[in-house]
Amino acid sequence: MEKFITIQSTVVPLPIEDVDTDQIIPARFLKATTKSGFGKSLFCDWRYNEDGTPKADFVMNNPLYSGKILVAGKNFGCGSSREHAAWAIDDAGFKVVVSSFFADIFRGNALNNGILPVQVSEAFLKSIFDAVAANPKQELNVDLVNQVISITGTDLKESFVINEYKKTCLINGYDDIDYVLSVKDKIESYEKTSKYLDLIQA
Amino acid sequence: MGTTLFEKVWNAHVVTEVKDGPSILYIDKQLIHEVTSPQAFAGIEKRGIGVFRPERTLATPDHNVPTKGQNLPIVEDLSRFQVDKLTENCNKFGVTLYGLGHASQGVVHVVGPETGTTLPGMTIVCGDSHTSTHGAFGSIAFGIGTSEVEQVLATQCLMQTKAKTLKIEINGTLSKGVTAKDIILYVIAQISAAGGTGYFVEYCGSAITSLSMEARMTICNMSIEMGARGGMIAPDETTFNYIKGREFAPKGAKWDEAVAYWKTLFTDADATFDKTLKYDAADIGPMITYGTNPGMGISVNKNIPSIDQIEESNKVTFKKALDYMGFQAGDSLIGKQVNWVFLGSCTNGRIEDLRQFAEFVKGKKKAANINALIVPGSKQVEKQAIAEGIDKVLAEAGFELREPGCSACLAMNEDKVPKGEYCVSTSNRNFEGRQGPGARTLLVSPLTAAAIAVSGKIVDVREMLN
Repeated sequence: MEKFITIQSTVVPLPIEDVDTDQIIPARFLKATTKSGFGKSLFCDWRYNEDGTPKADFVMNNPLYSGKILVAGKNFGCGSSREHAAWAIDDAGFKVVVSSFFADIFRGNALNNGILPVQVSEAFLKSIFDAVAANPKQELNVDLVNQVISITGTDLKESFVINEYKKTCLINGYDDIDYVLSVKDKIESYEKTSKYLDLIQA
Repeated sequence: MGTTLFEKVWNAHVVTEVKDGPSILYIDKQLIHEVTSPQAFAGIEKRGIGVFRPERTLATPDHNVPTKGQNLPIVEDLSRFQVDKLTENCNKFGVTLYGLGHASQGVVHVVGPETGTTLPGMTIVCGDSHTSTHGAFGSIAFGIGTSEVEQVLATQCLMQTKAKTLKIEINGTLSKGVTAKDIILYVIAQISAAGGTGYFVEYCGSAITSLSMEARMTICNMSIEMGARGGMIAPDETTFNYIKGREFAPKGAKWDEAVAYWKTLFTDADATFDKTLKYDAADIGPMITYGTNPGMGISVNKNIPSIDQIEESNKVTFKKALDYMGFQAGDSLIGKQVNWVFLGSCTNGRIEDLRQFAEFVKGKKKAANINALIVPGSKQVEKQAIAEGIDKVLAEAGFELREPGCSACLAMNEDKVPKGEYCVSTSNRNFEGRQGPGARTLLVSPLTAAAIAVSGKIVDVREMLN
């Protein structure tokens, strides 16, 4: 996994609440058996007409907006557990998603793919949307080490929370599976001592 | 201080804890299907390792499968390739597969319980958010992403941060025409599609304990639709009676020992929850959704909220949802024409759901404008339905019983609702395009679906019951 430290970038604003994973990547694109190539289908039904031409009113088709940071309304990533949503966001070039609230499974999937979900207050989210509406080239700075997100060129900033373990993983590019594999002796000893495991052994 | 049901099961599965981080939980059973597993198998291959405990994973294809002609090769190339890939991976890594044509194939969350694979006190995961279904047995069951599927294949463990606990207590008696699906749609409408995020739910109260296992599964299934990771119900005699004698249920002395343990799985009287919500079953009517997330639901005889009833920050989303659905704020849904009905899915594709639908349509006729997709949740459900003559009752009323799969719940196969059409659906999600690009979904119970299927328009089922 790529190491993550600080990102400073312009943003793509999506001021919609309850963006579900069926919008991020519709089910009909889940038939692939690899993790690559989902970026072109990100927000497909909001982004393209039926004939595949871009919908002019969707933010990703507006040349004013681009960047590595996606900013969305409350409860981003609700619905299905499909990790394809995180793969699509990553493949489309985003490294950070900012919202005032994330669905649990999406948050985990994002972190497992080196995408940082930054949860901010409703007020700070509104400040970001206002700043970007006033100036589409407005940048945000996301500092993972100090856990601070700021609207560059202003005094507006907020700290954000991230689990210490997950922070270490992101900064160093570590992977959960390597960690769990390293405690295999403990897993085997759990299996030997669990009475319940024996009971349910078909 | 006592402990909750969730904490009892959680504590029994902690292998070790990461310093300043999550717990490493042992997973008793992983269920896999064709859509979210191929990249996980590719991952362990890339690491040069195998499946650590193949006997603790069970596979069945469900998302992509056609619901007609399952004896023939799958026509759609990508779907066929994905289902074949599942077979190939299961063969390569020694995982049991209930493939197409197998007597136990079906929607993964229907297959687990009916084979006795799902048992109280277990930890169960699957790369599918509706894994919460299995919580109906008093297990900790939740959906995971593909990286986590890979983690469980590699280690039979999962790194997890403990969720907060939410008690949802529902007491009282349900009115006639109101079912488990209405209970859960009502709760989600009360607390919103994000109201349970960060929590693991325990459902309790007399309106829950009086439910059958099928109905409890419908409730727990939709825990994710309020954002909760999962939902549980303490096991009781109803649970034990359901499990006894099923294929993988403990037998003989082990059964008695298991039941004795399962009887300890309840929340102690002095345990505390992070949050508690209480509802009265008598307040719940037959529910229907009007918008594009499961929290946008109303009792069918009530009106869609007016714009001034909506929170400021949510107004854009509310208007967008109504635009998509072609409804006006403040409108009544009664009398609106609907052309599609879907009965099935991991929410309402079990035998009790088919019985309820069939009993209602018996002696009536499908409305001429209705296109119906009646899809059993599994081969076992299909077999049982045929044994009970449900297929014949349906046929006489103008409906056809199809073959098992996820079908129009997420429209990955051919079972799609056309653009702009309304579909009354017993599934779990009314997201934009969920049942096909541009399709408009209204979530309901099997009973309400039956009433609408014979009426051709939205009705209050209570007015059609004697």
